[in-house]
Amino acid sequence: MTPRLEALAARLGTRFGSQLRIRPSRVGEVDCEVDPGQLLEVARALRDEEGFRFEMLVDLCGVDYLGCGEGEWNSTSATRQGYSRAADLREVIVPDPDQAFEPRRFAVVYHLLSVSLNQRMRLRVYTGAGNPPVVPSVIGIWRSADWYEREAFDLFGILFDGHPDLRRLLTDYGFIGHPFRKDFPTSGNVEVRYDADKGRVVYEPVSIEPRVLVPRIMRDDNRYMADLKDKPDNA
Amino acid sequence: MPEFQQFTLNFGPQHPAAHGVLRLVLDMDGEVIRKADPHIGLLHRGTEKLAETKPYNQSIGYMDRLDYVSMMCNEHGYVLAIEKLLGITPPLRARYIRTMFDEITRILNHLLWIGSHGLDIGAMTVFLYAFREREDLMDCYEAVSGTRMHATYYRPGGVYRDLPDAMPKYEASRWHSAAEVKRMNTSREGTLLDFIEAFTERFPACVDDYEALLTDNRIWKQRTVNIGVVSPEQAMQLGFTGPMLRGSGVAWDLRKKQPYGAYADLDFDIPVGVNGDCYDRYLVRIEELRQSNRIIRQCVEWLRANPGPVIVDDYKVAPPPREKMKGDMEALIHHFKLFTEGYSVPAGEAYAAVEHPKGEFGVYLVADGSNKPFRVKVRAPGFAHLAALDEMVRGHMLPDVVAVIGTQDIVFGEIDR
Repeated sequence: MTPRLEALAARLGTRFGSQLRIRPSRVGEVDCEVDPGQLLEVARALRDEEGFRFEMLVDLCGVDYLGCGEGEWNSTSATRQGYSRAADLREVIVPDPDQAFEPRRFAVVYHLLSVSLNQRMRLRVYTGAGNPPVVPSVIGIWRSADWYEREAFDLFGILFDGHPDLRRLLTDYGFIGHPFRKDFPTSGNVEVRYDADKGRVVYEPVSIEPRVLVPRIMRDDNRYMADLKDKPDNA
Repeated sequence: MPEFQQFTLNFGPQHPAAHGVLRLVLDMDGEVIRKADPHIGLLHRGTEKLAETKPYNQSIGYMDRLDYVSMMCNEHGYVLAIEKLLGITPPLRARYIRTMFDEITRILNHLLWIGSHGLDIGAMTVFLYAFREREDLMDCYEAVSGTRMHATYYRPGGVYRDLPDAMPKYEASRWHSAAEVKRMNTSREGTLLDFIEAFTERFPACVDDYEALLTDNRIWKQRTVNIGVVSPEQAMQLGFTGPMLRGSGVAWDLRKKQPYGAYADLDFDIPVGVNGDCYDRYLVRIEELRQSNRIIRQCVEWLRANPGPVIVDDYKVAPPPREKMKGDMEALIHHFKLFTEGYSVPAGEAYAAVEHPKGEFGVYLVADGSNKPFRVKVRAPGFAHLAALDEMVRGHMLPDVVAVIGTQDIVFGEIDR
């Protein structure tokens, strides 16, 4: 972390205390977590107070952490038949619409930028177990949140309390589901074609078989440990 | 006859001034806009979701297709995020090549912008001029990557290959006589760097031509001065970046403020507007053309003098050279693993941003230790700009909507993703 960002992290610690939990970052970024109930208070302070001055919300996005860190292929152990086949392993998750979520499944991630102090930080809120997930809207603090929140609602089904016009943004008119959730299939649920007899476009269940070309493989790799690495020639 | 004062007007999605597939629902009071509601998503391809299903390197090509008029800058944002997570730094020559191609891309983008913006509000000629120059720059793309647009040239750890020693040449055909071909090939006799240098020598005069057509043109000024005025505070509230922010007088440029590539070693200026209207943003972008030209010249000079590797020497991330694979078992295995499974990126989250021609292009990458990204979020500059369209056009006349869309430099590939 650069000295500048370290100073920012220290200021965040003293100003917000337990309201804001600073997460360790391997790449030297300031990454903080805040509870949904305190988001607006913290966000307003981050925008207005001396030393923070995050006058710009550069990005806001949803993240679905379902299955984070799970590989599709066990590449470390084998049976007498050899390694398992990655393509057979993944079971299809059928979501129960009323079921509560894992409390740390959905997060809303805010990327803040201070133009006057030239610093960046990342703020995140986990939505908790509620179904549907709800987070207070920051549109009153940064107006640029408008479309970003609409997008996160559209793609992840996260509701933003206080957003004046929370409509779908990117998907089709009348689209069902939230396509960027991890339990939404990549090929979607419906396909469209023109039906000459009916004289209109019809929606049908997809005919595409889901398939995996390259499985998701976890590799624990000590190559990336900084002290084991060779120094780059021109650094 | 009844008088219709208040009505709703549908604009696009198939309208030449909608720059792609923008559908605007306009609440009009006579010819004055009361409210503009852009409907987007007609080009939504789910790039971010698709990237989750592929090894890291296979998504570089998708990045080209986001903002399809500034291809390599998109790639740059993506590979920077991966490099940040992997903790690798490309060789200096690769950083210079990237910087040079970022600026070539900026010129490509701004040329398309000036052409289509001009066409939208009544200046036909500049479009033809701008496309003539774009053609040369696309030849540079083709020379290094084999494709004119979707290059897939940047890789984590560097660029795919070094700059070629020869430019492709025209051949005589039914349509071009030998004499004509000889003339067309004059700037193609040397290396790619010679070709680019020849371009940078004639390009400032081309910019002068565009300026002669537009800058003092009465119609151009009537259409752009005091249209779509954005104050600096407003611009930051709305998340504006790039020329949209600088046009409002905020001197913010990631190339200067948070340098990446080789920008820290290069000499260039950041143009800033005063009034925050369409005309100021036009002036800012025109000056950026000149500054990009200046940066390219410095890069050409440096690249001529400093040969060297263009990609990291780490076979876990970058493929080994061909010759090595013929004799070295390890290299062959590395090549096989790299092109089938890819490389695993250690768990972590990173946000990398570049100064894209349109603004800040950021990639937020969540890695979980596997060979595919867990989540990719592309922060597209045009998204924030288009979201503010309503605020910019309210109270303006209908034809001004076209001027504002033009000045925002909208491309739907990046907005819809």
